[in-house]
Amino acid sequence: MDATSAFSLILERDPALFAIVGLSLWVSLSATLLAGALGAGLGSAVALTRFPGRQGVVVVLNALMGLPPVVVGLLVYLALSRSGPLGQFGILFTPTAMIIAQTILIVPIIAALTRQVMEDLWGEYADELNAMGVTPWRRMRVLLWDARFSLVTILLAGFGRAAAEVGAVMIVGGNIDGFTRVMTTTIALETSKGNLPLAMGLGVILLTIVVAVNSLAWAVRAWAERHAG
Amino acid sequence: MQAEPVITLSKARLVMGQRMILRDVTAVIERGGPTVLLGPNGCGKTSLLKAMMGLVSLTSGTVDRHVGRASFVLQKPVMLRRSVYDNLAFARQTAGLPHSESVMTDLLNDFSLTHLAHAPARRLSGGEQQRLAIARALAREPALLFLDEPTASLDVAQTRLVEDLIARISARGVKIILSTHDLGQAKRIADDVLFLVEGQLAEQAPMASFFHAARSSQARAFLAGELVSIDGEKP
Amino acid sequence: MKLGKALLVSAFLTAVVLPASAQDNFITVASTTSTQDSGLFGHILPLFKARTGIDVKVIAQGTGQALDTARRGDADVVFVHARAAEEKFLAEGFGVKRFDVMYNDFVLIGPKNDPAQLAGGQDVVAALRRLYEKTQPFVSRGDKSGTHQAELDLWKVAGLDPAATKPSWYREIGQGMGAALNTASAMGAYVLADRGTWLGFKNKEALKIVVEGDRRMFNQYGIMLVNPAKHSHVKAQLGQTFVNWIVSQEGQDAIRSYKIMGEQLFFPNATATTL
Repeated sequence: MDATSAFSLILERDPALFAIVGLSLWVSLSATLLAGALGAGLGSAVALTRFPGRQGVVVVLNALMGLPPVVVGLLVYLALSRSGPLGQFGILFTPTAMIIAQTILIVPIIAALTRQVMEDLWGEYADELNAMGVTPWRRMRVLLWDARFSLVTILLAGFGRAAAEVGAVMIVGGNIDGFTRVMTTTIALETSKGNLPLAMGLGVILLTIVVAVNSLAWAVRAWAERHAG
Repeated sequence: MQAEPVITLSKARLVMGQRMILRDVTAVIERGGPTVLLGPNGCGKTSLLKAMMGLVSLTSGTVDRHVGRASFVLQKPVMLRRSVYDNLAFARQTAGLPHSESVMTDLLNDFSLTHLAHAPARRLSGGEQQRLAIARALAREPALLFLDEPTASLDVAQTRLVEDLIARISARGVKIILSTHDLGQAKRIADDVLFLVEGQLAEQAPMASFFHAARSSQARAFLAGELVSIDGEKP
Repeated sequence: MKLGKALLVSAFLTAVVLPASAQDNFITVASTTSTQDSGLFGHILPLFKARTGIDVKVIAQGTGQALDTARRGDADVVFVHARAAEEKFLAEGFGVKRFDVMYNDFVLIGPKNDPAQLAGGQDVVAALRRLYEKTQPFVSRGDKSGTHQAELDLWKVAGLDPAATKPSWYREIGQGMGAALNTASAMGAYVLADRGTWLGFKNKEALKIVVEGDRRMFNQYGIMLVNPAKHSHVKAQLGQTFVNWIVSQEGQDAIRSYKIMGEQLFFPNATATTL
């Protein structure tokens, strides 16, 4: 299994491969954006409010960071199946189902990390913002804005997790050729076909994409920090 | 002179856990030049300032503010993760004041921050941050300005700069109440002095009479450079 | 901030609305890993699409799981290979009618050095008995797939039941055919495989066929439309079109013409070619 043959194999499959890479990015980035909105909101709310059972919520959020993708996949599968409560929408085995599953998978990650960041930042800012008489609603906006660089890192953690998982998208997407087949399910499929060089090559591409997305975000963050930190 | 109260404290008591931080402080602070809260570390200066600002709730007693908006500069001001300009703009916004380029320009100018307007606030030096913190407080156009140990971590040059600023702000009619443990600073700045020992108001007097004719034994001991406690004995 | 929100909303709308409205001319077929991994679908589905314009979305699972997917109403057609399980599915009312489509056969695969010395044999039952006696490593799919069922049936004929006694040399991996072959290759084990997957399998280096040609290793595939009476949203008309095409002369010829290295993988044997 040498790298050259892996890449020539990959290049021969160009159009299909681009579609697969595109779908991977589309699904995982959509899930990251959705989970970012939900998770950051949830994490901030937990960080900035006090209510009975809050400690329990924090523990549960932290624990759910380790949610196994197959479990999420199974739950979403059962919910979206024609025999399930949301079956009438017919979205099982579609990219939408995959986005939903990955969103559920990474909301706890984003929420738990956001809570930590927001709580730390609030600890730092509390006196200052109280002295300025900032209202709770504005307080949340200030903290979210000032935590923006950390939040980018958190979103990247979520994206990394989403892009790398195979268990959930396999179950709810069905790995349908040309429709719900993404990088990770392709790798799993090619491995099962004994096509290890191609699987390996695809793995390298996936890794490259994740590194590229991270580098891009890191560069944006570095630039922005220099100008606004 | 007509007495015009800015703050009225009546038996202000603050208890945190087992410790009594403020012991029934009763005082009236009047309009005029800077009032200095003086006393050794841990005497309750910061707590009293925060109580006057409304940032901590008293356990018992009352504090009444008789003037409009107040601003507070923390001993360790927190710079928001934004530019100098945006820190000022944000502070002004929190006071519900409309944005004004001319106010911003003047503030940056007055505090020698113009060249740093678009620099990240957190990258500023200690002295620059302290100046920005005071500028930020003024952006809220306060009638009353609290400063908690504003020069505690500054060198001589920066301290002089900040003390000059305080004098100028006071001259504009903003009432300043500041805390310090530095006798010299109190002497240079104060119009009158509130001297605190272990949460108790040991003496309130105009600056000159405090330094030259202190009535309390604790004040005399403190001025003599001794360590002091409530009952006047050396701890 | 505003831009982010707009992006989010449009992303969500696109994700939800597009698949539902833009591409309704498709059916979902629950099938087996052997038909997919062997490349058969990649060969015949473009021909079907060219003829009818219908897209076929294939979910490749083990036969047991494929039938369950259909039971839940998540597929329009099932295309599998486990006669008894298919009959049960029909009897429960989930299938409309079953049609034979094609067959191939199972082969017993073993390590190249063949420690149990089975190579060249034609009696699979004798071979299994020998593996049992010599306690040679054997990989079982263990996933209720058609191949797994066939393997269990062969052990039964041999009068043995390692799946129940679970000796250490008998390894149930609970995965697909390809994974089972990879596992066998890695641990120098024997494994029962369908010929189609074996021929399409690329990681053969350490493995070879040791027993083939036993009539008991016959592997029949069947196709069924999922009963619209059970699941009203089943695309009965499109699904039936697919079933009809598969058993038609054209479909059967398409299956016959699929070859890897000149070797035919599946042998069409539909009886109702005139539908």
